[in-house]
Amino acid sequence: MSTRQVGDVTVVDVSGRITLGEGSSTLRDSLRDLTAKGNKKILLNLSDVSYIDSSGIGELVSGFTSVANQGGTLKLLGLTKRVKDLLQITKLYTVFDVHEEEAHAVRSFA
Amino acid sequence: MALDTGAREIHDRNYPSTLESVDLAEAEILKAAERTGFNEDDQHRIGMAVRECLVNAVVHGNRYNRRKQVHVNVSISGARLTIRITDQGEGFEMQEVPDPLHDTNLLRHSGRGLFLMGAFMDDMKVRKVEPAGTEVTLVKEIGPHE
Repeated sequence: MSTRQVGDVTVVDVSGRITLGEGSSTLRDSLRDLTAKGNKKILLNLSDVSYIDSSGIGELVSGFTSVANQGGTLKLLGLTKRVKDLLQITKLYTVFDVHEEEAHAVRSFA
Repeated sequence: MALDTGAREIHDRNYPSTLESVDLAEAEILKAAERTGFNEDDQHRIGMAVRECLVNAVVHGNRYNRRKQVHVNVSISGARLTIRITDQGEGFEMQEVPDPLHDTNLLRHSGRGLFLMGAFMDDMKVRKVEPAGTEVTLVKEIGPHE
């Protein structure tokens, strides 16, 4: 997991599996650090995430609400078909602002 | 793919109550599903359901107690794969599990595991076992496209 800055948007590139244990705790810690540092516009790039379990979904939801509670916005980028399907059957796809292209996603924060 | 018409046990093992067991059992069950002839998408669905079930057994059922074990039994009958996962925990009442799709629960951190098991498998049953524990039965059938 790595972060980079595109204008005033912080892009978090996530890869691998987000499952109970190291994967979900790494995401939780990363989002907690970013919000603590005052980052208000966070774009989670999930295009290299191969697998998310219910614990990983829980971390996405918690990240979404905690960033919002700090006055910020968390959006999602580049969902694979399986991750998209997972968010759809859990009725979370419409909760998140999901984008397919990074440039479009970055502009949407303006 | 031709399959036996009678029930055939293909995996039966006890696992300690650790997250490493979840990874191991998931991998072993997925190998069995692949050998049975499920396509890649169905293997993914089976893996998701099995993982959620194993996590529940280790974390919520046995509460990581290393003196308690998780029993996994996998059998094939015709085109039907049946996976039974049993913990030694205190159990729970299905009707008391909140609906994760209800508007008031959508943003909860947890509570989606049982729902996902049911969504990814063709059938799911939960029952208490004596003297203590919960047995979850997950069933997936090979479709005509496979």
